[in-house]
Amino acid sequence: MHIVVCIKQVPDSAQIRVHPVTNTIMRQGVPAIINPYDLFALEEALRLKDKFGGTITVITMGPPQAEAALRKALSFGADDAILVTDRAFAGADTLATSCALASVIRQIQNNMPVDMVFTGKQTIDGDTAQVGPGVAKRLGLQLLSYVSRIAAVDVEQREIVVQRRAEGGVQVLKTALPCLVTMLEGTNEMRFATMPNMFRAARHPLKVWDKDAAGIEDMTKIGLKGSPTVVSKVFAPTPKSARAEIIAVESGEPKDMAVTLLAKMFTRFPQIEKQLTQQA
Amino acid sequence: MSEKFDAIVVGAGPSGNTAAYTLAKSGLNVLQLERGETPGTKNVQGAILYSDALERIIPDFRDDAPLERHLIEQRMWVLDDESFVGSHYRSEGFNQPPYNRYTIIRAAFDKWFSEKVRQAGALVICETTVTDLLRDDKNRVVGVQVDREGGSIYADVVILADGVNSLLAKKAGFHAELDPTHVGLAVKEMHFLPEETIEQRFNVGEDEGVVIELFGKVTQGMMGTGFLYTNKESLSIGVGCMLSDFKTQKISPYALLENMKNHPSIKPLLADGEMKEYTAHLIPEGGYKAIPRIAGDGWMIVGDAGMFVNAVHREGSNLAMTTGRLAAETVVALMQESKPMTEANLAAYRNRLDDSFVMKDLKKYKEMPEIFHRNNQFFTTYPELINRSAHTMLKVDGVDKKTKEREIFSSFTHKRSLFGLMGDAYKLWRAFR
Repeated sequence: MHIVVCIKQVPDSAQIRVHPVTNTIMRQGVPAIINPYDLFALEEALRLKDKFGGTITVITMGPPQAEAALRKALSFGADDAILVTDRAFAGADTLATSCALASVIRQIQNNMPVDMVFTGKQTIDGDTAQVGPGVAKRLGLQLLSYVSRIAAVDVEQREIVVQRRAEGGVQVLKTALPCLVTMLEGTNEMRFATMPNMFRAARHPLKVWDKDAAGIEDMTKIGLKGSPTVVSKVFAPTPKSARAEIIAVESGEPKDMAVTLLAKMFTRFPQIEKQLTQQA
Repeated sequence: MSEKFDAIVVGAGPSGNTAAYTLAKSGLNVLQLERGETPGTKNVQGAILYSDALERIIPDFRDDAPLERHLIEQRMWVLDDESFVGSHYRSEGFNQPPYNRYTIIRAAFDKWFSEKVRQAGALVICETTVTDLLRDDKNRVVGVQVDREGGSIYADVVILADGVNSLLAKKAGFHAELDPTHVGLAVKEMHFLPEETIEQRFNVGEDEGVVIELFGKVTQGMMGTGFLYTNKESLSIGVGCMLSDFKTQKISPYALLENMKNHPSIKPLLADGEMKEYTAHLIPEGGYKAIPRIAGDGWMIVGDAGMFVNAVHREGSNLAMTTGRLAAETVVALMQESKPMTEANLAAYRNRLDDSFVMKDLKKYKEMPEIFHRNNQFFTTYPELINRSAHTMLKVDGVDKKTKEREIFSSFTHKRSLFGLMGDAYKLWRAFR
């Protein structure tokens, strides 16, 4: 079985900071990570490989630094990795990204037929959940989105049964391979890389593909030109909560701390005091 | 199948990076292991970069290293609760390239440094913790065990650069549990301000920076110092004291820093800044006498793990880099002569250290930790007396100067007695000699 896993390197949104002066996103010092949803996709693919054997190719489109994401994927057990990087891809929205990735997978298919493509359900920086379905559409693959569990794979019959989260319940779907699966979060837990895999990942000769290697012919379909999305404004929301205050309590006794804290709360929110007194 | 390297370096801080870089540059097959997600994520420093130590291995580091501001002014403040007496040294001499000292932000700097190590040819693997040293039947160190499946890795020599509180060295029995009187605990915050505000507030131009060392009652009677450094668009402010003092005085480090930030002379410098980051770290401050055994059969210790910090001059990263380089040079020299990494052969590392500023400086101040430890008047009484004297002298109130001088003198003898004063002076003279 040959599985392609699409991953994206994203800034760790939990650690993103907004520049206090210019109000722009500060990327400096914010660690770049593999989009967490993609890890569920990768682990699910690794489990299929454990069961049925085969090859896992990880691909990512991004700046040269995205190499780190691919090496990490290799350390978990992926067999091969392709970094698709070219200035021509810059500024791509989800449509242009879908076109580019579909083209990349077509090129991969020329060498080795692809049975399944895995993606995370969405990325944490864009949150659109459009690229996976977009790729499936362009490759003519059966689309299984929001998959919570892969119930069964029949390699002989080339069939797959999955559970899919749907509004108001769970759908059980069966379809023929090849297909594209977008994985939900929390479906599995990424394994801890072995030391031999860490060495292999560090030394693996990464494939770096530019737009030509990716098989791009129509330049109006990729990058900024192929992106109809327009971002009109980026701004930081005004923080709603007040600043935290440090309250010093002389004695350091838990009792005194509690009393001081309650007194502060009651002064600030008299209605709480009122309610509590009424209840008492 | 196990991997085998010429050398394994444990840790990717200044000492580990310098060691790995030097070894790899000499063509050795080097593996560097780091437990953090990327090099730098576990590292904390003030932070000031001393050019000299880095220049010796990467002479053109200024071309692409992420540097904040070069330092042109050093302020030393002795504070009591409401005032400070200070000295400033500012020089155009420090404003001529190549600059001697820079403020840096370690997360960015360490990433750059690690890239240099990779480019030099070392294999750098992160998110991997070394849990133990591997030994042969003669108890010689022959490699490391890591926290991953298939994690036995072999090497001719293992260089421990795993920082203060080196659990590895402790587990291996190279040193005992850290003594709380030998380590400082420092806390630091980063306050963001626009570049122009920093430049106006500290009276410096673009890329120029200031260091303020804070000494006295800001440490509330504990042995330690505070600091304030200017970065490009942030200020690093922090304070560190001996761990043992925090323990006995029951003062929490954040409260100490909070208090220092509210000092009337410091508060305006931080005004309108936004605190974006806080960190804490242990600093090995035991000095010369606390340095453990630093080499044996198949192993060496460099940097903080070996207590290589000059607490008096607040130098650490340069000692780390120098010990890393000297350890690596020792290994390279032995490899070239095809000599084994035995304790006797690696003793050359100690000799190289003894000949360098590292041991000379640490030796010079070897009595310092104990003297300051047993005499907390240096952190309380004296700062107060000095500030009060300045106040007495500067206040114009119709009292003649001679009387004021007598008043000041008697305030000193009253607090410390003539004998005590002379004793303290002698202690300091001996310690600094």
